[in-house]
Amino acid sequence: MKLSFNINGQPQSVEIEDPNTPLLWVVRDIMNLKGTKFGCGKAACGACTLHVDGEAVRACSYPAKFAEGKKVVTIEGLGTRENPHPVQQAWIEHVVPQCGYCQPGFMMATAALLAENPNPTDEDIDNNIVNVCRCATYTRMRKAIHRAAELGQE
Amino acid sequence: MPSIVFLNCKKKYISTIQRFNKRSASTSKKMNKNKKSSRRKFLVRGGLGTLGVLAIGTYVFRNPIRRKTLSISESLIPPYNGSGTEANLWFEITQENQVVLHSSKVEMGQGTFTGLAQMVADELDVAIEQIKVVGAASATGIVDGLSTGGSLSIASLWVPLREMAATMREMVKGEAAKKMGVSVASLSTKDGVVSGGGKTMTYAEVATDVTDWDVPSTPDLRPVNTYKYVGKPVPRVDLAAKVFGDPIFGMDAEMPDMLHAAVIRPEHVGATFKSADTSKAAGMSGVVKIVETPDWVGVIAKTFSQALSAKRAIKVDWDIPKKWTESEIKDMLQVGKGDRMITQKVGDELDPEEEGVVAMEFSSPIGAHAQIEPNGAVAHVVDGKATIMLSTQVVGITQKQVATALGLKKKNVNIIPTFLGGGFGRRLNTSHAVTAAKLSQAVGKPVKYFFTRKEEFQNDTFRPPTHHIMRGKLNANGLLDSLEHHYASGDVAINSALMPGVVNTILGTDIGAMRGANIMYGKIKNHRSVQWHTTLPFATSWWRSLGLLANTFAIESFIDEMALKAGKNPVDFRLAMLGTAGNQARIRKVIEVAAAKSGYTDEVVDGKAMGFAASIDTGSPCAQVVEVSMVDKEIKVHKVTCAFDCGVAVNPDQVRSQCEGSINMGISGALHEKMTLKDGQLYPTIYGPYQMALMRNTPKEIDIHLIQGADVPLPVGEPPLGPIGAAIGNAVRRLTGKRVVDLPMRIV
Ligand code: FES
Ligand code: FES
Repeated sequence: MKLSFNINGQPQSVEIEDPNTPLLWVVRDIMNLKGTKFGCGKAACGACTLHVDGEAVRACSYPAKFAEGKKVVTIEGLGTRENPHPVQQAWIEHVVPQCGYCQPGFMMATAALLAENPNPTDEDIDNNIVNVCRCATYTRMRKAIHRAAELGQE
Repeated sequence: MPSIVFLNCKKKYISTIQRFNKRSASTSKKMNKNKKSSRRKFLVRGGLGTLGVLAIGTYVFRNPIRRKTLSISESLIPPYNGSGTEANLWFEITQENQVVLHSSKVEMGQGTFTGLAQMVADELDVAIEQIKVVGAASATGIVDGLSTGGSLSIASLWVPLREMAATMREMVKGEAAKKMGVSVASLSTKDGVVSGGGKTMTYAEVATDVTDWDVPSTPDLRPVNTYKYVGKPVPRVDLAAKVFGDPIFGMDAEMPDMLHAAVIRPEHVGATFKSADTSKAAGMSGVVKIVETPDWVGVIAKTFSQALSAKRAIKVDWDIPKKWTESEIKDMLQVGKGDRMITQKVGDELDPEEEGVVAMEFSSPIGAHAQIEPNGAVAHVVDGKATIMLSTQVVGITQKQVATALGLKKKNVNIIPTFLGGGFGRRLNTSHAVTAAKLSQAVGKPVKYFFTRKEEFQNDTFRPPTHHIMRGKLNANGLLDSLEHHYASGDVAINSALMPGVVNTILGTDIGAMRGANIMYGKIKNHRSVQWHTTLPFATSWWRSLGLLANTFAIESFIDEMALKAGKNPVDFRLAMLGTAGNQARIRKVIEVAAAKSGYTDEVVDGKAMGFAASIDTGSPCAQVVEVSMVDKEIKVHKVTCAFDCGVAVNPDQVRSQCEGSINMGISGALHEKMTLKDGQLYPTIYGPYQMALMRNTPKEIDIHLIQGADVPLPVGEPPLGPIGAAIGNAVRRLTGKRVVDLPMRIV
């Protein structure tokens, strides 16, 4: 099928053979945006988190056809080195990443949380940020999420 | 069963490795002899073949300093393990006056690239922003003959890397003096610029068109306290790449015209491949080729989704000789079974029947690595040459294994290491690189192959389960007179590609299982540690900190129980059994600091109890205090105070980051993680059912206190994983009166 959607602000059309192909592979292998990661393929780790119409979605388990006509944002579209998103700015200030592999997923999940809940409590964070980080950078992430909330309100 | 008294294991291990190094060093020296001259030839070329998404800039200057490296590698403790026989390349200067450091160690999150860049910047006199660190590929750089692991990267390169950087600085100055027509003595260097006699030149300008360089004798290193970067909390050099989602990982690697593969492997422990019906898959959309080998069946297709669909259409017949059960494994792995080895022996042995002897048993389960980036590789094998990009902790071993498996010359196998999406020991085994190479060979095109998450869990090289018996006896003063740790473990070092069989034979013990197994309290008159080793029917191997988490859990839980029995404060109890010199003093110090900073108390306050534990691993002592409460039998860790002595902290912020990661990963291991055998298969095969600590399970506050008890950097990445399990168990004991003896902790 021909799939048309907006990705990181750009309208795009791609040809996909199977409309049920996970959006993750369309983004990674067809659009060549590698920031969205594969971790488990079963919606269990959150490494593939991106935004579809502003909502955090686990792209490994999201059939590409559902993205038709929607706005998709990946880590590459969240912010840039020149103009980082508050979440990225906070991540830099707290030097959060270790191996870094899970981090785009966490930052996308955090950005979606803050869009809905600009000042989350620790409990909100516990309940909403449920991705897996094997380097276990959770303690710094929590600080960075609070900092991002602060930056977002400035 | 063989029984050998084995003491002072570590020393023997190191000297064995050094012998290996010396051998390779002397071979290379012979090779170098013909070229002996003070003026050495340096290659100049513009542009390194660009490959995939990981290619970097244009080069004007490569700088091999082989001889120096070799002489240094002989004198190092712990040794730098590079073979030194490959085409060597450490630094390059680009036309943009940037320095490219080809790191023999890979970056898997531990921050090594940043530490190395700091060391280079301070001796080479460039700004850290001018340095780009890349993992050395086997065709173009010095690769490590062993591994990136053991928390040794910074420690082992501490002297040689700084000496090479200082040597290069002097080489640049020497050349600049010629070009500028001034004396070397009048020159100074800063931010990659040489100045003197009223003139300046960038390093790149100096290096341009130079093919023969004078190599001076090694300059003295500068005092550590004069460094601008070393010792400071410099932000990670890979921070931006990781925050903005750059394609830096093995999973992100691509080659032109690349195909994708999926592979079927046995799901049952010990199963082998009988036959496969591939007829349906062969005709499916996008399928290019199906490859059958005695061990696996692979599908190569145009896209990953196509390869995966075709894989599902293949029917395989397996030979399953036996369905292993959990209780069979438990039965095999017992103190008293397998190969016995005394790994520490001071004074007399306890008679278990003697009056007053207290004994307790502990256990830990099979653990999975569960690193988020799956294992995989992109391989291109054509015309007798292989190029492979992947996340690996063992560049040199991967190269050797691919060469052997495909019958290629080692020099024709180029392994390009990418950033690793986690290592934790899992990437010390890279058999998937061989799989990818064979798949590529079959189609003559680049092929990308990676594990699905289920393959990842079922083909892990697991942390082995352990079983422990602690025995001890208090004297009239309420202190321990005797303490014994008997422990059973599956393979860690034994049967690993990392340890040549000969090393295992010489040592006779599994040095990985032994980590943290010996008693660190020097004043206990009689103490010993006895290993029982068994090879299990599935692969077990290195998992971050190896035996440390489980061994410390057993020893420090028992110490705590004995303190309670003696009616003593657990901090005073420990201090009373420690000496005052050397590492004993360093252990004492971390215990004192952790106790003081946490305000340790035996009392339960507001439903929260504290737990104390300490350990020393590879020369880095660590003490931790946890604050724990329980809600509905769920253990909640609120705060951890950690005192850690790793000698010189090259980057204190990254040392802290490693402490935090170790603590949280230790919480995950101690409270949540467990693999089991179900119907002959290792289970679970997905996150979630394989429970791990998430945000809500980790403490909001980790208070770290770094102590510098040595004048060199010591291991960082694993030692802080030691105390956490025991500290939590000790807190739970105070909170509930119950002693947890099995991991993961379940309160019933
Ligand atoms: S890869 Fe999508 S949740 Fe794990
Ligand atoms: S930073 Fe490595 S998995 Fe999260």
